[in-house]
Amino acid sequence: MKRTLTTVLAALSLACSWPSLAQKTASQGIDEYRAMLQDGNPADLFEAKGEGLWTQKRGPKNASLEKCDLGKGPGVYKGAFVELPKYFADTGKVQDLESRLLTCMDTLQGLNVTEIAKTGFGKGEQINMTALATFIAAESKGMKFNLSQAHPSEKTFYEVGKRLFFQRGGPHDFACASCHAEDGKRIRLQDLPNLTKNPGDGVGFAAWPAYRVSNGQMWGMQQRLNDCYRQQRFPYPGFASDATIALGVYLGVNSQGSASIAPAIKR
Amino acid sequence: MADPMRIRAQAAGDKATVRVLMSHEMESGQRKDAAGKTVPAWFIQEVTATLNGKPVLSAEWGPGVSKNPFLQFVVKGAKAGDKVAVTWKDNKGDTRTDEATVS
Amino acid sequence: MQTRRETLKQSAVVAGLLASAGFPQFAQAAFNKTGFDAKSVQDAVKAYGGGALAESKDVVITAPDIAENGAVVPLGASTTLPGVKQMLILVEKNPSALVAMFYVSDAVESNFLTRAKMGQSSDVYAVAIMADGKALFAKKEVKVTLGGCGG
Repeated sequence: MKRTLTTVLAALSLACSWPSLAQKTASQGIDEYRAMLQDGNPADLFEAKGEGLWTQKRGPKNASLEKCDLGKGPGVYKGAFVELPKYFADTGKVQDLESRLLTCMDTLQGLNVTEIAKTGFGKGEQINMTALATFIAAESKGMKFNLSQAHPSEKTFYEVGKRLFFQRGGPHDFACASCHAEDGKRIRLQDLPNLTKNPGDGVGFAAWPAYRVSNGQMWGMQQRLNDCYRQQRFPYPGFASDATIALGVYLGVNSQGSASIAPAIKR
Repeated sequence: MADPMRIRAQAAGDKATVRVLMSHEMESGQRKDAAGKTVPAWFIQEVTATLNGKPVLSAEWGPGVSKNPFLQFVVKGAKAGDKVAVTWKDNKGDTRTDEATVS
Repeated sequence: MQTRRETLKQSAVVAGLLASAGFPQFAQAAFNKTGFDAKSVQDAVKAYGGGALAESKDVVITAPDIAENGAVVPLGASTTLPGVKQMLILVEKNPSALVAMFYVSDAVESNFLTRAKMGQSSDVYAVAIMADGKALFAKKEVKVTLGGCGG
């Protein structure tokens, strides 16, 4: 008799909790959608293009980029992405990936890098730049970020990046920190990672370059930062400028130890 | 000429799953540009595939397929080393063929 | 080491073979404009010789519950039934309901996956047109939402 009562009660409580079990939250639905897109990332198309450009002889010097030093020695691209930005003795500057690619396009190939830096994203040589950045990033996919802070310039750039991150301005008085300095923030359905600390594997700094499905465009970190400034209604600091590199150092050092998923796929 | 496709073909038993990424604008013809003019339709209409030269797939697509399209299909009787070739043709008459080896 | 580029390289020989080889088992080679002009799911199916739509547990539509962005929605149509002539993927509320039509030969499974544009939340359909003209379908509602400003 007692056992039957217990069974009935158990069945009842199970029945009452079922509706909530069956309901999927919007967040879970979005996660499933994102998972469905992981296999077959159009970023692969840009990666393949970038790989071709790395070995292709181009420019007035008719040379390839195969001797380009991305920080691990001439021609070494495996693992280079997760150590950038860093200080380079040959230029005496702290440089990120796209800035370093510009240096190599200049010194090795003789291309007009002033013009390339002025070219709008998605146009002319910037298309090639994005493809190259996608390829180099892919060669470090899954590896953990490990930026150096050994050189005094690298330390300085971290501090500069931090100040820029918190600097408010523009007509909305926004800073990067307005969206990215607290846990648990979002805009509509987009989670806003807290970039003042390590946001975890494949989040924030660790998710770019990425293919954006909403406009079918491949974006490198330079374009990502450019668009953040546009959203803040700030003027853009300039392609591969010290300001954008300093921000990269701040974000990258904060991400120490997290795994890169670049090239990623995003809304 | 259009950018190359990315084709992966993986054998499992006597079948191979083929995954293709194509580089194409897939303009629907519904969009208007910044000046208000309709951007003309430009999309892949036909997709075909062969296994070692023998036709295995034929498909018709409309402008509803996403930009930089992804396609996955399963070929029967395929094994590692076989050659899969995929061809697309768009409404402007442009075409592209790429090949991959089943792994 | 073979680069990705080498693996992707265009094969002129293969292109030539494709040009000369017909599709003897498939009657149509020309693009069926009527199918893609059809406004309704049933009309699109009729354009390929399919009859009245009948829901079937043997047809499977693969789709997410929510699409973060309507520009790219993964949609799949599959069935294990024998005797399928064509598999269709449709989005009911799109200006042109038909997204893609796949001929099913002996050489491929009735199992196709692609990505579609969706203008708004809508039912999506997987339709199997059988050799006898029966049109069997499965459908699912996909909610489409615009995400935020970044990410």
